[in-house]
Amino acid sequence: MSVTQIWQYVLTGISMGSIYVMVAIGYNIIYNTTGIINFAQGEFLMLGAMIAISLSTVMPLIMALVLAIVLTTIIGALMEFFFIRHMKKPTVLNMIIITIGLSIMIREAALHIWDEKVHSLAYFTGNELSSINILGAYVSPQYLWVLGMSALIIIGLNIFFKHTTLGRAMRACSSNKKAAWLCGINVKNMVTISFMLSAAIGALAGCVISPITQTQYDGGTSLAIKGFTVAILGGLGNNNGALAGGLILGVLENLSIIFLPLAYKDALSLTILVIILAIKPSGLFVKKVMSSLKEY
Amino acid sequence: MLKVRSLQAGYGKLKVLKSISLHISPGEIVTIIGANGAGKTTLLETLVALIDARSGSIVFNNENIENISPEKIVKKGCTLIPEGRHVFNTLSVKENLILGGYTKIHHRSKEQQQEALDYIYSLFPILNERGTQLAGTLSGGEQQMLAIGRALMSDPKLILLDEPSIGLAPLIVKDIFATIQKLRENGNTILLIEQNAKAALGIADRGYVMETGQIVLEGSADDLLNNNDVQRAYLGKDYKSIDE
Repeated sequence: MSVTQIWQYVLTGISMGSIYVMVAIGYNIIYNTTGIINFAQGEFLMLGAMIAISLSTVMPLIMALVLAIVLTTIIGALMEFFFIRHMKKPTVLNMIIITIGLSIMIREAALHIWDEKVHSLAYFTGNELSSINILGAYVSPQYLWVLGMSALIIIGLNIFFKHTTLGRAMRACSSNKKAAWLCGINVKNMVTISFMLSAAIGALAGCVISPITQTQYDGGTSLAIKGFTVAILGGLGNNNGALAGGLILGVLENLSIIFLPLAYKDALSLTILVIILAIKPSGLFVKKVMSSLKEY
Repeated sequence: MLKVRSLQAGYGKLKVLKSISLHISPGEIVTIIGANGAGKTTLLETLVALIDARSGSIVFNNENIENISPEKIVKKGCTLIPEGRHVFNTLSVKENLILGGYTKIHHRSKEQQQEALDYIYSLFPILNERGTQLAGTLSGGEQQMLAIGRALMSDPKLILLDEPSIGLAPLIVKDIFATIQKLRENGNTILLIEQNAKAALGIADRGYVMETGQIVLEGSADDLLNNNDVQRAYLGKDYKSIDE
């Protein structure tokens, strides 16, 4: 095992990890405003990719991407509007059942719309054969797209949540719903916006990863599990924790190929999930002060 | 400014408010005193629509506001400072204040926003010093100041205050009550709910006494302070000392 080879694995790991980060951020945004886990988050990735694949046959790729993200965002909004908003007393269990139900529904609908075959979006630049040399490792340019988009989203979200009124209002909802109402913030609308934001990020993640991993009607599930692991690893609701957690999981997963059979790659994330839940369920990267102030 | 007529509200099958009527004129400090469980907090939360009114009417500045959404009531200039402060723990002090003016933020220029913040800092200089600190790390008294400051950011005409003295040291309670008087001087109207009946009646113009979801007595603050029933039930005096 040469150094270049390990570097190659690490680089691929970082790219895959950054996709997990995007999924985890999708969970976090909704968790922060509602206190629930949206188990249909993985389906947003699948939907985004599938819609983009269909649209890209009739229009340029960039337009297909934008339209796919917009459509998935609308689906996210509708989902919240019809199934979540009108619940009088939403309990955690109700929400889990509803979001799991929705995820099954979307998956089945996708099976009927796009059949059970594996589809793939075109590479954003070049094709499946082109590669770029980065310090000795050869990676597809698509990996750079993945990295770039993730970085853009993370920086964008940080600015959004810290420096815009809307972002602050969403954080206020996560901190104290009653006080948010009393400040004149419509908490229900914030929940809708959080679903839209998660759907948009999910769709974008689904699109950039589609050329590499391909997309199938049930392709969202495995990414959802990885993203969930990362969200837990970083501390639910903590986006910067998710960033660290995602990169760690991505790299570990890819390095595991060195000493474990390839088939065990996916088992690794579940193992990590179980271990984290057992020893430190609040996550690895939660600041002490923050966690003591937060209501779980 | 505020007229409540035969208001009823409750939780599920439980009817907490049984026909409440009261009124507040501009510039007044009105207090509602009563024991635990009398329905005081429920009343305030019904006024700002956190709880749905079942029947009766709430008229604020000649507009019916029963059963409109909470954020619209804030926009109209009526704001509640809830019991137990409810500051945004995980946000900085300054962000708390900014969000207090959420309904006004798009109508204010940068200078006006800074003026609004400066007004709060003039009332509570400590909030300026603690600007970047997380609100959850403040002391109880500072959190109460922040809660008041946050509510003031929405430019309220009527402020509903729920138990501002709860859990605070006597010296700080004095400060808070002095602030309430200052707010009145600055043109706010205040509805104050307190278990500390003596302190509340001390600064109020008028008062209502509430028992098990009903108003049982109303009058000027002085009348209530001298009322035998009030003295016995809420001011801790027994028959003997009243007779003397």
